[in-house]
Amino acid sequence: MEHYISLFIRSVFVENMALSAFLGMCTFLAVSKKVQTAIGLGVAVIVVQTITVPVNNILSTYLLKEGALAWAGLPNTDLSFLGLIVYIGVIAALVQILEMTLDKFFPALYQALGIFLPLITVNCAILGGSLFMIQREYDLTESVVYGVGSGFGWALALVALAGIREKMKYSDVPDGLRGLGITFITVGLMALAFMSFSGVQL
Amino acid sequence: MAIEAKAIKQVLVKPIWDNNPIALQVLGVCSALAVTSKLETALVMCLALTAVTACSNLVISTIRNQIPSSIRIIVQMTIIASLVIVVDQLLKAYAFETAKQMSVFVGLIITNCIVMGRAEAYAMKNGPIMSFFDGVGNGLGYSVILIAVAVIRELFGSGSVLGYTLLTPIKDGGWYQTNGLFLLPPSAFFIIGFLIWAIRAWKPEQVEESN
Repeated sequence: MEHYISLFIRSVFVENMALSAFLGMCTFLAVSKKVQTAIGLGVAVIVVQTITVPVNNILSTYLLKEGALAWAGLPNTDLSFLGLIVYIGVIAALVQILEMTLDKFFPALYQALGIFLPLITVNCAILGGSLFMIQREYDLTESVVYGVGSGFGWALALVALAGIREKMKYSDVPDGLRGLGITFITVGLMALAFMSFSGVQL
Repeated sequence: MAIEAKAIKQVLVKPIWDNNPIALQVLGVCSALAVTSKLETALVMCLALTAVTACSNLVISTIRNQIPSSIRIIVQMTIIASLVIVVDQLLKAYAFETAKQMSVFVGLIITNCIVMGRAEAYAMKNGPIMSFFDGVGNGLGYSVILIAVAVIRELFGSGSVLGYTLLTPIKDGGWYQTNGLFLLPPSAFFIIGFLIWAIRAWKPEQVEESN
């Protein structure tokens, strides 16, 4: 149990998807103007990440890894080079299914998430989560914990940045830095702050 | 022919300063930050991305009239993913050490918004040859920023460029106190932030409206 808790904390703070691995930056910078929308997107990312990482873990273990097809009588097959296309396919399909399910059963939530759901397909934090999971060879339970944790960490960073940007409306930024430039520098400062977590031993 | 050559030059050069994918369109930022602590990985990343963008633009533009619009995203994804797999395998075969350092970021070219964004915004509407050059142009625009950031980070962070020592660090008996901050990820944010400032000071029409 302790192992899983420390994995969770690590994936939220120490290895934060947005601020220490720099994944999902495009959406991170584009959708952080308002706290309200940031929360919506954050929730969507947590949900998708929690589902896709374990699903990709199962697919990798039973279909793609070297020797994974032993149950089908093909112990020498190594399909891991197909990994990328499988993972992105899973993500795209899951996002599509999630969209239809939400539309049918939770229309209110669907309305709230709006355009963000389809955008999640091209969010590198999602694909990055799956790739890190493969690289670090997590087992199924670990991958569930890692999925929740990394999604939550990303959402946390997004909401925090949106909060800062809302306050920034009142400050007088030099012309050339306005908008994108100052956002980059703000994120840099946030990343510095998050680096202090890297000393935490779990 | 003369007009076409001019148009090609236009799509090649425009993304470098006037419509830079990173500094203005906010596309493909993630990888720009993660692979720039050394110039070598940055160069490999630039080559890989330019190749993928150009080829995916070419392929998608060739079949653009056959793609039903409702499933176009998934078709584009499949084409891009296949190209990235080719690049990934090539890198593993011929530049294994570099490929290892870049870890997941080669795979992440799939979700690099430049590839997707150009496919959607340009290749779906224009002919194959122009799309190919648009891909190359945007790849170059991305490369300019990436290389600039990587040179700054490697030079000040470890006193060398491409592995050749230019400023001899103190620990090797030289005079240069290496600035570890530049090797840490957050520095990339500051450098890109200031680069954007510099570009916008030079080309004031890119300045964003205050709201």
